[in-house]
Amino acid sequence: MNPALQGLITIIIGVGGCIGYFYFSNQILDKVLFPPQGKDAGRNINRANMIRPWLFLFPAIFALGLYLGYPVIETLRLSLTDRSAGGAFVGLANYSQMASEPKFWEAMRNNMLWLIVVPAIATAFGLLAAQLTDRISWGNVAKSFIFMPMAISFVGAAVIFKLIYDTRAANQEQIGVLNALWLAFDGGAGSFIVLRLLPAVILLGFAALMAYIIYLLVTAMLPKGAGRSTGTWWSVPLRLIIVLAAAWMIWLSLKSAVSVFTATLPYGEPQTWLTIPFYNNFFLMAVLIWIQTGFAMVILSASLRGIPEETIEAAILDGANPFQIFFKIKVPQIMGTIVVVWTTITLVVLKIFDIVFAMTNGQWETQVLANYMYDKLFRASDWGVGSASAIVIMLLVMPILVWNVYNARKEMR
Amino acid sequence: MSSIAGTKSGLTWAVHISVVLLVALWLFPTLGLFVSSFRTADQITSSGWWAAMLPAERNESLRTGAPDSQVQQDGQWLIQGNLFEGATDATISSWGTSMRDIGAYAPGDTADMGEDGRLTVQENGDYRLVNSQEFSGRRGERVFVTIQTPPEFTLQNYKNMLLDPSNREGMTKAFFNTLTVVIPATIIPIVIAAFAAYALAWMRFPGRALLIAAVVGLLVVPLQLALIPLLKLHLAVGIGKGYLGVWLAHTGFGLPLAIYLLRNYMVGLPRDIIENAKVDGATDFQIFTKIILPLSFPALASFAIFQFLWTWNDLLVAMVFLIDATGETTVMTKQIVELLGTRGGNWEILATAAFISIVVPLAVFFALQRYLVRGLLAGSVK
Repeated sequence: MNPALQGLITIIIGVGGCIGYFYFSNQILDKVLFPPQGKDAGRNINRANMIRPWLFLFPAIFALGLYLGYPVIETLRLSLTDRSAGGAFVGLANYSQMASEPKFWEAMRNNMLWLIVVPAIATAFGLLAAQLTDRISWGNVAKSFIFMPMAISFVGAAVIFKLIYDTRAANQEQIGVLNALWLAFDGGAGSFIVLRLLPAVILLGFAALMAYIIYLLVTAMLPKGAGRSTGTWWSVPLRLIIVLAAAWMIWLSLKSAVSVFTATLPYGEPQTWLTIPFYNNFFLMAVLIWIQTGFAMVILSASLRGIPEETIEAAILDGANPFQIFFKIKVPQIMGTIVVVWTTITLVVLKIFDIVFAMTNGQWETQVLANYMYDKLFRASDWGVGSASAIVIMLLVMPILVWNVYNARKEMR
Repeated sequence: MSSIAGTKSGLTWAVHISVVLLVALWLFPTLGLFVSSFRTADQITSSGWWAAMLPAERNESLRTGAPDSQVQQDGQWLIQGNLFEGATDATISSWGTSMRDIGAYAPGDTADMGEDGRLTVQENGDYRLVNSQEFSGRRGERVFVTIQTPPEFTLQNYKNMLLDPSNREGMTKAFFNTLTVVIPATIIPIVIAAFAAYALAWMRFPGRALLIAAVVGLLVVPLQLALIPLLKLHLAVGIGKGYLGVWLAHTGFGLPLAIYLLRNYMVGLPRDIIENAKVDGATDFQIFTKIILPLSFPALASFAIFQFLWTWNDLLVAMVFLIDATGETTVMTKQIVELLGTRGGNWEILATAAFISIVVPLAVFFALQRYLVRGLLAGSVK
């Protein structure tokens, strides 16, 4: 049969079945079970109205329970059993086996890097793009171009960036942009500025930003006279964790800034970018940053527009320059949105699978948790360890889940 | 706010320039793929895509005709013909007779090769090889040429990938498979979620708050958790790997966001309309289909776009729940991953395949961007 026709028939059956359920179930309720006529009309209407919400909700509850609720419990159970032993209960054996694998720790390390770098850079770029495009006449056109990668599949984006990172032998014409650029460097003044000074400045700037965040958090934690509450009980440990993470990032970026200056760079040789250990992670991250920046920009630009103009006008009257207005007036006011954007991108990063799968498949030390899990489940058929790593992902998501539910409940009150 | 006091014109210029740079940086990668998909394999390997508008230059080693094609003319032995042996619009910019010096002669020059004869090569590839004694041997002379080809764009790649039924790497089947996955996987969750969102927004029943909290919590559950238990379940109940399974999976995974978005929207609808309708004797089913659904169109549209993009671009769910050993139901993303594995260097194939898979979501994106942005702002993020 023609694939188009075959597809059409399957589509009609699938969608028709779904719409049919709602139509006929309501018909049965109103016409057969509790018809709103006869001597029990009033009682029947009430009865029907008791049942109807569940009729409306049943498919949703069923699908949610089956496709998201049940798997959480079942995966937890599978992670405690051994498939080869006929599903016997083995306690935490899968977890300890997983912890003894270097590939798992590599995936954890890379995932942590992804979790720090991608949301940070995507949010920063998004904020920058939102601020810049807000003021200019063709801002909306610019925005839709920066937003466009959202529509591109991770696999498509992987192909796009593979072309950028493409490598060919030294005596051939390079067709990958990155190598074509790289070969233009020869160790002269230009190379020094672009390859050593610029990255070092960016790294130092990042370190300074982290130091500023630590400063903000520490001053917020110090008691400021009577009557000022310091927030709820969990805010102090949360802030401490963020401070420690920020301190670690300062250390990392300072170390990298030094190594940028001391490293000997292989000028004139085409590089196979995706096989350089450690740094290849960043080349993969670039793909996701490219995709997610547009998302951050759209949300942040809306919240920038929501800032009351009086505050900005007042700042201008007081003689603030544009940078002060941005960092001291605008950013603090949209802090809440920045946090939400950051968390949303963090969620995307935790589930990231396609990019690594399509570009390196975890070779050359680029493994991430989601791909590690896929490897265990479908290549090694080790359901125990695979489920255990899925549970690790779930644990990483847990704080965000709790926070979401907490916020939603607060809003509903 | 551009006219506000204190905004310096120098800064405005800096803003314009940085936005141009940013947009260029973000467009550049996609543009590369787009341009590459219209070039021939030769052109792609001989120059970067950014040089596609310039004439391409490459070196090649060609041969003159074999000695058995020689003719005797005016007491001399002559072989002549065209080095390209076929129609081409390539031109020769320089040539040589030895590997060590491939640019020794300009077109029209004559190279004296001693007892091997005298060779003249023209710009269009025509050559004359003349010798006073008979040519011997079985093969012709080697000629090293530097060829200039004018910029050229072709639809051949798309023809090969879409219209050639004998091409097993073609995208046609995968394209229809993807459509078959995407259309129901977009419509079914909308229908289910719309009813559920209405119930959660406007109907009174015990446990409503708990259900809403559960939906919010499930928003962030990673779908990786669902793979093994559900695959086992599908195999156990006989759905196996197939369209039904992948529709159900996409429905389940898409529902939390759908219910959340739609409920947030429906709660904001004016209460009076619904109460008036109830007073007039409309049932909930009628209110829902005749009033709420038409009013909720913006929210429905924005979720539809999300779900469409997500299912169209999905790889993981399709690999786990759909694609079986026969490969009959493969979707485009998986097809591309396979091409990346087997045809990693053939950029004309890869670029075309990727662009075929990108073009539909891009069209949807640019046509319906308004709704997408509205959806992002209304529900998924506050």
